[in-house]
Order: sequence, then C-alpha cells, then structure tokens
Amino acid sequence: MALLEIRDLHVGVEDREVIRGLDLNVNLGEVHAIMGPNGSGKSTLSHVIAGKPGYEITGGQILFRGENLLRMEPNERAAKGVFLAFQYPVEIPGVTTMNFLRAALNAQRKARDQQEFSTPEFLKRTREVAGSLNIPQDMLRRGVNVGFSGGEKKRNEILQMALFEPGLCILDEIDSGLDIDALRIVASGINTLRSPERAMIVITHYRRLLDHIMPDVVHVMSKGRIMKSAGKELALELEASGYAQFEDAA
Amino acid sequence: MKQVLPKADPERAIGNVFAAARGRLPGGGLVPQIRASAFEVYERTGLPHRGMEDWKYTDLRALIGGVLPLAPRPDAEALVRAKVSAERVSVDQAVKLVLVDGIFAPELSDLGRLKNQVVVRSLREVLENSAPGDMAGLLLSTTSDSAISLNAAMATDGLVITVVDGNAVKRPIQIVHVATGVSVSTFTRSYLQLGKGAHAAIVESFVSAERASGYQANDAIIALVGNEASLSHIRVAAAASDAVNISSAIIAVGAGAKLDLFSMTCGGSISRYQGFIKLAGEGTKVSANGVNLIRDELHADTTMVVDHAVPHCISREKFRAVIDDCGRSVFQGRIVVRPAAQKTDANLTTRALLLSDQAEADSKPELEILADDVTCGHGATSGALDNSLVFYLRARGLSEKDAKMLLIKAFVGESIEEITSENLRDFVTAQAEHWLQAGR
Repeated sequence: MALLEIRDLHVGVEDREVIRGLDLNVNLGEVHAIMGPNGSGKSTLSHVIAGKPGYEITGGQILFRGENLLRMEPNERAAKGVFLAFQYPVEIPGVTTMNFLRAALNAQRKARDQQEFSTPEFLKRTREVAGSLNIPQDMLRRGVNVGFSGGEKKRNEILQMALFEPGLCILDEIDSGLDIDALRIVASGINTLRSPERAMIVITHYRRLLDHIMPDVVHVMSKGRIMKSAGKELALELEASGYAQFEDAA
Repeated sequence: MKQVLPKADPERAIGNVFAAARGRLPGGGLVPQIRASAFEVYERTGLPHRGMEDWKYTDLRALIGGVLPLAPRPDAEALVRAKVSAERVSVDQAVKLVLVDGIFAPELSDLGRLKNQVVVRSLREVLENSAPGDMAGLLLSTTSDSAISLNAAMATDGLVITVVDGNAVKRPIQIVHVATGVSVSTFTRSYLQLGKGAHAAIVESFVSAERASGYQANDAIIALVGNEASLSHIRVAAAASDAVNISSAIIAVGAGAKLDLFSMTCGGSISRYQGFIKLAGEGTKVSANGVNLIRDELHADTTMVVDHAVPHCISREKFRAVIDDCGRSVFQGRIVVRPAAQKTDANLTTRALLLSDQAEADSKPELEILADDVTCGHGATSGALDNSLVFYLRARGLSEKDAKMLLIKAFVGESIEEITSENLRDFVTAQAEHWLQAGR
C-alpha cells in the first residue's frame, strides 16, 4: 500500500477546474519532485492534500495510509502525519513561536492519544532542532514569523517539520525567495529528515533545489494533470527544454 | 406612594428618583447643597443622548429611558450573595474593599491588612463626619458630563484612599463593586490620592451576584497622582447581561509621574467607560489601554480623553475590541495637546475584531493639537479573523475552535500585555479567557 494514493482527482475553484484527473502514488522512503509552470495546479494540489478550505473536490480520492484524507479536518490530517511547508508562511503577531510550537505539537500528540510533552522535554527538543537549523533562540521568543526574513520563515517551516516528525512532507516552493546560503541550510534540514519512515513531495519551479535534494521521482505537472513521470534526469531535461512541450500536449 | 413614570419624560423620572433618595444620601453641612447644584447641572441636559458629540454612539436617553430607584441598603442575605461573587474575582495578594449595592461592606473587606501608610475611609463616613472644608471637594466635578453630575448628586458611598508621600503600597488594592438588586440603581464615588513619589495598584471589579438583574450602576473614581508617583489602575467590568454600567475616571497626573491604566468591559447590556486623563506635570508617562469583549446584543463604549496640558509628556493608548453576535463596541479616543504642551509624544491605536456579520464596531480617534512641536499619531482598524492564519494553525494540528481561540487571545493580548505587573496581567488574562470560554 502506498503512503499517499491519489486517484483521478478533480478539483474546482470558483467554477474553474484546476486539477483535472490527477493520479499520484507516493511510497514511504521516497522523495517526489513536482515541477511545472505557474498555474499548473501544483500549489492547489498541496493545499487540497492539507485540507485548505475554498476548494471543491469534484471527483476522485486521496488515500493516506489507506484512509480517506478528504473526509478529515486539516488538524486531523496533521495529527495523522501530513505536513505542508507553506510557500508563504503567515505571520501571527502575539503568539510566540515557542507557544505555537508547543500548542501544535501537543494538539497532534493528544489527537494520537500520546502523552503531551513536558515543558523541559519540549524546550530541549526544540532548542536542539533550532540549533541544527541555525535558528537563534531569540527568534523562538518572537511572534510566529513576525519580522522574519524570507529565509527565516522557510527555516521555521523546516523546524516545525523536524519537530512534528510527519509521515508525509509536502514542500510548496520552499526554495522561493531563498539565497544560495539559505537554500543550502533549508535543503540540508530537509535531507536530514529523509527516512524510510517518511515520504516527501517537493514542489518547485527550478532544478536548483533538486541539486541539493535528490528526488527519486520527478513529475511534470501541467494544466491540472501529471504529464510525465521519470527519474531525476527529467529535471535536467526540463531545464534544457522548458515546460512548453507539456503545455502544448495538454 | 407609587409613582407611574411616563416613558416620554425620563428627566422628570430622575427628578423624582433624586427627590425620593435625598433623605438617604449621606453628608451634612454643605453636602446637600453641593448635591442639589450637581443635580441642577444634570437636569439642564438630562441623560446623555446622541445630540452630545461625546455620547453620539451611546444614546443613554434612548437606550435606558430613565433612572431606576436607588437600591436599598443590602440586607444580610444580599451580603451573603455578594460575598460569593466578590470571591470569584479575587486578585492574588490584594487587599479587598467591597461595595455592595453602592454601600461599603466592611464585613466583606479586609481593611485590617492595610498598613498605616495607606488611609482608607468610606465616602459615607467622610461626608458624614469631616469638617465642612474637608469634604467640599469630594462631590465637585471638573467636567460637565451629565452622567458624572448625576453621580455627584446621588453618590451613596465609595472609598477615599490616601497614600502618603514616598510610600509604595505593596499589595494591590481591589475595589469590588457587587450588585445584588433587581431594577435598582447604585451610585458610587471613590477618591484616590497618591502623595509625592508614592506607588499603588488599584483594581476595580464590577460584578453581579446571583439573581441580580436589570440594575444600573454609575461609578466615578477621581484620582490625583502626585509628582513622581506611579499608579496602576486596572478595571474589569462584568456587569449582568441585562444591566447598565456607567463608569467615569477622572485622573490628574503630576510631574515625572507614571500612570498605567487598563479597562476591560466584558458584560453589561449597556456599558460606558469614560476616562479623562490630564497630564498636569512635565515628564509624565501615561499608558492607557483597554479591551471590550462583547457578544449577544450587548453594547460597550470606551471613551478616553487624554489631555496634554504641559510639555514633555508621553501618552500611549492601545485598545482592542472583540465583538461577536449582534454586539456593538464603541471606542472614542481624543488626544488634546494644549498650546503649551510642546514636545508632546502621543499615540493611539484601536483595533476591532468582528466575529460575526452582525457585529458592529465604531471607532472615533481624534487629535486636537494646539501646539506645533509634537509627535502625535493614531490608527484604527476593524476586520474579521484572517482565514489564512486560521488555516495555518489548523494545518499544524489545532482544531478550528482552538485556532480561532488562540488568535483571539493573541489579539486581546496585544493590549493586556501593556499591564506591567505580572500578577495583574495574569488576573486580567484569566478574566478574558473566562469570557472567551463562555462563548464556546
């Protein structure tokens, strides 16, 4: 059984069909890259998997560990192990990063009938992970993402991913807005989390990120469908030829 | 004699209420005369109404019609109910002073815990026993607001607190106003004088006892903060949901002094909190903040006038309102900078969070600047919860309710965090959370 199984998914936004019959299987231990031009439905796919409101699922299904994901609230999906690293992480003034992380982690643990972390346990773990991502302690005391640079916001996403230990990580353009150094830190954070117990879907426009995170499978998405799937060499090919061939084909 | 009061003539009704209450109002010597003239001032305009700019969003004449008869002195049974309610809002470590239905209740208060650098007397006692010159000022008002004039005419009791020069009162002093009655009115007036370099924290709580309903409370607190003194004044008003609460604070702050003011309204069919703060000495710092938490069909109005009379003072105001159902929150904030008040640094922000389509927020920030070398600013916003924030939290494992709760708490916290004392901040936070939980 695949970790994530998407069958003939159709999704509409405001009467427009943006995902049109998408199939995707992701197994534990795999890293999949989804590439494609703007408007191809990549971000929509990530939102739909995470459960963002505002999308109409007009057909198909998404199974996560064999369970119907589409019937679950976003928080249930998170507790089951679905994690979306946002393309644009939001700023939450008045909620410190520490308090947010603890509330989120303990909500997930509670939903899984696990014991909540004690404060010292939580602090120790968070500091360790933050240290490995070059996140200063001071950032953890500030409001979530408030006043953070683009790179800091993305590192904060990776911090959460590391803390929550999800089974499926979806990284929606985690490379956007990052300079080379920030990209390296983020990519190494992601690589550390690669594991046989986990799968990843990396959504990106550019090959650059895939030089750091070697995907097992590369998909090209266009007009709401996966047009081609192949090994990591596809990313190189795309860089040479562009997406136009797939747009025409769709 | 039973009187049927015509609805169309509320002023006549209050005239009768005053006439009926007169014999029960404390004070000899000049006091009856001062009361009568305060009542005359009141009568000239009657209950505040929307024709008055400062009351345009809270038309008391239309909203409450008239003034209810003065509450009777609480009996033993009322005191028992009052005690239960007063205990529910206890501030940790505080010296509690309880007023029940407008009358000081020494049996529910812990006067004994105060050290002798603080003198606490009841207003009634002061009005009855002082030499005429001592108490003449106690019923005088520096404003022409008719609700305050009415308060002066009708005040039955209150607390007169004096902190001597240089004395820091360690424990917070908590004045708890408990209403136990049904369809009655109460009028309380308190005085606070902080000597030079003195420090005190005063918490005022307004609560209702079991079975209390439909009452009207009118309170005034007059505070003089001496030079280099510092006062924290926290107020939490949780009146019964069919009751009226009108509270006025008139505060003069001396040179080099510090005032931390915080007011939270989280109950009451009609509530009005009006603060008149005068920065009367140079180098003064005022932080005036507050929160209105409103649901159902309640109406809460917070109106602040910060008056910079002298140069080199700083004032900061941060107000937040959370409004659900058909609630209505009003915030009016006026900053006055007098011609002499050069180098004034004043800022005011007010934000309202609307949790339903019917919720209403009215904001009116005003700057009245008569000096030319000043830094003044204001900002007002209102809007719903940001769905992208709610989704972000849900995607991290919080339920929709918990996500919203966290965001509302953070929003309210922006104002509450201005309270400098951790103990008092925790107290206010707990009261706010109690309100939030009640709506779940």
